Amino acid sequence: MSHLSERPEKPVVGVSMPHESAGLHVTGTALYTDDLVQRTKDVLHAYPVQVMKAHGRITALRTEPALAVPGVVRVLTVADVPGVNDAGMKHDEPLFPDEVMFFGHAVAWVLGETLEAARLGAAAVEVELDELPALVTVEEAIAAESFHGARPLMVTGDIDAGFADSAHVFTGEFSFSGQEHFYLETHAALAQVDENGQLFIQSSTQHPSETQEIVSHVLGVPAHEVTVQCLRMGGGFGGKEMQPHGFAAIAALGAKLTGRPVRFRLNRTQDLTMSGKRHGFHSTWKIGFDAEGRIQALDATLTADGGWSLDLSEPVLARALCHIDNTYWIPNARVAGRIAKTNTVSNTAFRGFGGPQGMLVIEDILGRCAPLLGLDPMELRERNFYQPGQGQTTPYGQPVTQADRIATVWQQVQNDAGIADRKREIAAFNAAHTDTKRALAITGIKFGISFNLTAFNQGGALVLIYKDGSVLINHGGTEMGQGLHTKMMQVAATTLGIPLHKVRLAPTRTDKVPNTSATAASSGADLNGGAIKNACEQLRERLLQVAATQLGANASDVRIVEGVAHALGSDKELAWDDLVHTAYFQRVQLSAAGYYRTEGLHWDAKSFRGSPFKYFAHGAAATEVEVDGFTGAYRIRRVDIVHDVGDSLSPMIDIGQVEGGFVQGAGWLTLEDLRWDTSDGPNRGRLQTQAASTYKLPSFSEMPEEFNVTLLENATEEGAVYGSKAVGEPPLMLAFSVREALRQAAAAFGPAGVSVDLACPATPEAVYWAVESVRLDHESRAGELPVGAIALSKV
Amino acid sequence: MVAARITVNGKETPISPATPHTTVLDFLRDRGLTGTKEGCAEGECGACSVLVARPGVNKPTDWVAVNACLVPVAALDGQEIVTSEGLATPGADGTPPTLHPVQEEMAVRGGSQCGYCTPGFVCSMASEYYRPDRCASAHADANGHADAEAHGDAEHGPNGFDLHSLSGNLCRCTGYRPIRDAAFAVGEPAADDPLAQRRDQPAPAPAATTYAQDDSVFLRPSTLAETLQVLRERPDAVVVAGSTDWGVEVNIRSRRANCVVAIDRLPELRELRVESDHLEIGAAVTLTEIERRLDGTVPLLAELFPQFASRLIRNSATFGGNLGTGSPIGDSPPVLLALEASLVLADADGERVVPLADYFTGYRQTVRRPGELIRAVRIPLPLAPVTAFHKIAKRRFDDISSVAIAFALDIEDGVVRKARIGLGGVAATPIRALATEAALEGKPWSAETVQAAADVLRAQGTPMSDHRASAIYRSAMLGQSLKKLYAQTSEAVSS
Repeated sequence: MSHLSERPEKPVVGVSMPHESAGLHVTGTALYTDDLVQRTKDVLHAYPVQVMKAHGRITALRTEPALAVPGVVRVLTVADVPGVNDAGMKHDEPLFPDEVMFFGHAVAWVLGETLEAARLGAAAVEVELDELPALVTVEEAIAAESFHGARPLMVTGDIDAGFADSAHVFTGEFSFSGQEHFYLETHAALAQVDENGQLFIQSSTQHPSETQEIVSHVLGVPAHEVTVQCLRMGGGFGGKEMQPHGFAAIAALGAKLTGRPVRFRLNRTQDLTMSGKRHGFHSTWKIGFDAEGRIQALDATLTADGGWSLDLSEPVLARALCHIDNTYWIPNARVAGRIAKTNTVSNTAFRGFGGPQGMLVIEDILGRCAPLLGLDPMELRERNFYQPGQGQTTPYGQPVTQADRIATVWQQVQNDAGIADRKREIAAFNAAHTDTKRALAITGIKFGISFNLTAFNQGGALVLIYKDGSVLINHGGTEMGQGLHTKMMQVAATTLGIPLHKVRLAPTRTDKVPNTSATAASSGADLNGGAIKNACEQLRERLLQVAATQLGANASDVRIVEGVAHALGSDKELAWDDLVHTAYFQRVQLSAAGYYRTEGLHWDAKSFRGSPFKYFAHGAAATEVEVDGFTGAYRIRRVDIVHDVGDSLSPMIDIGQVEGGFVQGAGWLTLEDLRWDTSDGPNRGRLQTQAASTYKLPSFSEMPEEFNVTLLENATEEGAVYGSKAVGEPPLMLAFSVREALRQAAAAFGPAGVSVDLACPATPEAVYWAVESVRLDHESRAGELPVGAIALSKV
Repeated sequence: MVAARITVNGKETPISPATPHTTVLDFLRDRGLTGTKEGCAEGECGACSVLVARPGVNKPTDWVAVNACLVPVAALDGQEIVTSEGLATPGADGTPPTLHPVQEEMAVRGGSQCGYCTPGFVCSMASEYYRPDRCASAHADANGHADAEAHGDAEHGPNGFDLHSLSGNLCRCTGYRPIRDAAFAVGEPAADDPLAQRRDQPAPAPAATTYAQDDSVFLRPSTLAETLQVLRERPDAVVVAGSTDWGVEVNIRSRRANCVVAIDRLPELRELRVESDHLEIGAAVTLTEIERRLDGTVPLLAELFPQFASRLIRNSATFGGNLGTGSPIGDSPPVLLALEASLVLADADGERVVPLADYFTGYRQTVRRPGELIRAVRIPLPLAPVTAFHKIAKRRFDDISSVAIAFALDIEDGVVRKARIGLGGVAATPIRALATEAALEGKPWSAETVQAAADVLRAQGTPMSDHRASAIYRSAMLGQSLKKLYAQTSEAVSS
């Protein structure tokens, strides 16, 4: 067992406990960024001037009418920017644009004494536009060859030989939607200036260091003049990894120029129309199978809808390519990636970060091809799993070292869910019902953990022990509900050997831990946990020396367990508080900076090869659905999940991540329906689902009626803190089982062997058309289907 | 006149300096009660849920959860509300508070992750916790006497907790399982629980309110006569009951009115009477009250209510409001059309009765004249024996219909004697499917009749394609709904 993964006696990690802020959450006393406004005097409110056209050059911007509105204090425009007019890391995202690039693009911001005054001021700003043609969909961008950023190509083996060896070759095309994050707390920031004009910004951000970086370059000041703090977020899901920066810069700029605190908080429609989403993708593919259904070759092109600026589209696309294999051994592959440049919001990180999109393509292919191969979809998937002990690598060259886990979780979920019996029950039910069909599908996941970009795989912490024995920890990660802070307190208490109540956690601030990475890529606990453990180990070593002297023992024979130091083989004890007190008087430093870097990673983005991931997280889900053949409406009857989180740091929190990720993934795949105005009318490019009333998230009605989540046991991960594995993103992709179950239920309305094309999201309407295609097929009236209803064709 | 004030968590607070358009949500947050959150500002997410003391169905007072983002604070002049902060018992001298039982269950079971939606869930859950007949119905269920709804399905807990009470609350983090576990774990309120005891005292009486600022005024007249006089004098007045529609207009479309008139507590609009030949439901009785007071006696309404928006909305929404907006996609018009309802319209000169089938004249246009108010809805008795409400939407709880179809059929000896079918979402107004009704009446209730009538029904209306559904799906669903009804009735006959 590695030093990193080994747990001491009576660890606090591994203990099931509620979120550290649960008591504050339920009483409404937990503070979020915008709650601070009431505690701050003389706050100005910032409101965006959005232009409601998809594309056009600004020919005039008149702010005078706004200044005439009572209560309007100032209008921020490009002329006010002392530094760089840029809100992104790619220098393609002007904070104040001279060209409107998407419907709802903010071109100026109004500061008002009240929100109402700022709103009325924004409405009074006059913008004239030279309208330009707009590309709204990824298909339009492909046709116009409108792309930006890198064009990665992932190649392994020899696809020509692979196709030549294939008994069956199929081709297809598949487009699928993006997803709105819909964190319940919209984007918000509050900026204040101190006595030297230095900035203090409270921001709902997953990436305080980058918010700091953007604010300092917009203001043209060094980073040490800008401090960013994040108390907690009301959800992030990737939507606050890069998108908060420009907004925070507006608040900071306003505060700098007026000397007053400036607050902004997007309302829901602004948030939906101004901020980026999960990338929708278009894909074309050709796949070859041998006679037994084993994949021989895959040739695919994935086009991500990047929106108007690059943002994080390149790494998202890279992760999509790196996950098209999912749990399957693909000996010969050629996968190309491109990023469509469209006149829509700039799409960004979202839980899974391209991984779900890559995996959806292969799961869709297998779901469509299984009937054509005459195989049960479960059987087809199982036959293609990576096999242990064969030295198999991913298409980008990383060895799959825990291939056995793919089969382990797959087998366990079948046992737990009683699959064999239930398949019989479902067959009987379907035989007895003509208008209602049930189906059960199992899908698995293999998800790479670490940022693809190696440099991001580092974390920092600052741990302070006060004279009274109380401990304050700081780290670079942000809390967005995922329970990171709870886990970090458990890690600190475990390493120091003290009870949890001795440890308090301070809000994330850039002046405590510098140059942090985004809390993203599921890496929060790995990186920050490693750093906290490192800081606490330094402190523990110093304290063990002190204790050894006091106990008359060798330091290496002293243990601190549950707040008491004792020497092995001796009854003598020293309480933690006394130990700390003694250490102080012996002038032992009681603070330490911790640091962690993930070892053993390498990645060459140009050749698209390397081992970018420290390890893979695994899981499998079995989902049963029931479809109403009259309407296409459906219910999730039961879900069983076995998921690999290594040895859990905090089981209740991990189970919460698995359940929440699954339901969020099911939302993406079945319910959440981003619709843009693609007509040539005046509202071309407008997001039509721009409110909670039109963009529907899963509610209680989408929760599986029976929902069983099991964490894989004895799953120690040698390469991560206390043997745990990352959990934030992987479970989202377990929801493929919902989509595949819906496909199979639709198929059950017709004869065996029919390939079912299912739109994504699989709304009730989409399921209805899938059912209809099967029924029509059954009645040999396929000619009546709309063109394109069956995209799949055998070559 | 007493200055407008509201009791928040037991403390009386002046409403000033809020404006007549200030919502309860903004009012609370401006006073530092930031536990109440804005997630959507249109009554969809429930993060702003708070408890209001209202006249009860089974006790003098109910603790009713409402969306604070939709209600103007002036509408609660003289009323009592409780927020998530007020549910906990404060600790002495800065010590942590004692959590309320629903807060305790939510906390220990992992019901909160990011915590932003949590105060709203807690308030909705507390409302159901204090529902007087909650535990009683669970008890009855155990003895086999309960209504079918409480029959131990996935939507009802062993403690009688109705999961629909949380249908208006969205959580993006948890996937809901731990929240359901918390809801199904809460027990009965303790005897000394002050909010439980409060239920035995009368709810605050409505206060006659004139809350003016600049050129805008919020009015709550005391009587119907006074209200109708105001409406005659102020043709620009916006009438609100639960404000579930107007609140959205204010927040999302930034509409402002010079004069808002509240009618939700007018006694003349709050009656629910069963006469020999009709049922009369006051236009300002909330849907939750109708649901509980009718208690399943109008099966088509009982089928409608769980599908009508969310519990949070039904706690405020009224038939008067749903019909008053004239929306083509409201869920009550198809049902009321199938029930052959009429509206009692009142103005300062008197009343008239208009069949609902004649009420709608165009997109959001009706025969209601300026100064006229819907006083009541009349449903003729006896009711048709075979009824069904089919709502086609993306989401099962709390969604807007793509298509809504209500059936009321009188089938005698296997023959359709009378058919009434109301449709929503397929035309500029809610409509009756007259051609389909004719295709059914006098025919045997058979697969052949249904097939032919379904073809007629599929062609009714002029549905559009939009972000909710395509036109061809909407049309298809019309025909499918009749076939589904037939399948359901034949199943019922055969079993």
